[in-house]
Amino acid sequence: MSLLAVVEPTTSWFLVLSAVLFAIGTVGVLVRRNPLVMFMCIELMLNAVNLSLVTFSRARSDVNGQSAVFFVLVVAAAEVVVGLGIIVSIMRRRTAASADDLSVLKG
Amino acid sequence: MELVVFVLASLMAVVGAVGVVVRRNPVHAAMSLVLTLFGIAVIFVQQGAHFLAAVQVIVYAGAIVVLFLFVIMLLGVDQAEDLSIEPLTVQRPLAAVIGVAMVGLLTGAVLTSDNAVMKSGAGLSSPTLDSPDANVKEIAGSIFGDHVFAFEITSILLLVAVVGTVILARRLPKEEVAK
Repeated sequence: MSLLAVVEPTTSWFLVLSAVLFAIGTVGVLVRRNPLVMFMCIELMLNAVNLSLVTFSRARSDVNGQSAVFFVLVVAAAEVVVGLGIIVSIMRRRTAASADDLSVLKG
Repeated sequence: MELVVFVLASLMAVVGAVGVVVRRNPVHAAMSLVLTLFGIAVIFVQQGAHFLAAVQVIVYAGAIVVLFLFVIMLLGVDQAEDLSIEPLTVQRPLAAVIGVAMVGLLTGAVLTSDNAVMKSGAGLSSPTLDSPDANVKEIAGSIFGDHVFAFEITSILLLVAVVGTVILARRLPKEEVAK
């Protein structure tokens, strides 16, 4: 129990967690072929970066890191909306849900 | 106590992230994504970013994942995918190598970096019983003060995204298709 009281997570721990999440997201984008799951992995990478921004914000005692996360959230929402719109309009013509079939952008 | 919260939240985040990658059913992948997002929200609270934790749960877990689920259900791609088919044989080993290399490089960079640059800002005010909204006030001062122009630009960005999506996803009238 004394160990739990003494050891406190430092800035590096949060940054390493962020690195692990980012790498998992990267592997997901590289491995998966379903465009929707690839999108989710991109969200994962965005979240890893948000985590490191918040960590730096606390480490440097500067609130600007947190406002950067706010803008990342807004851009991520816009990106998801546009990306899913593109996926819906592509899927309406093709039934296969694989990124291999989408090597050309032309519907 | 901090350590327990960190370990539990990071376990949630990592288990969810692995679930997004390895789950065969897209609906299960979306649910794993929710687990990750909640874990990250807990870590945000731990770091004193209370406003962002709330926004994370509302916007990400609430809106974006529901949007994913809507599209999965609408397109009917919710059947399990066969992950054993692998058209490019080198792809998975290569992806694993890249992932491990990325973790190694980033961790090395973090652990060898000079921490002298830390603690240089004006200071974050943490919420107290007298002012429970300290974090929200601070972010508001930053967004509507220093970054107000960028904030206004994001409204244009959202408008463009909405209009563009409506145009992308609408069905063409019959006569236009015939042309």
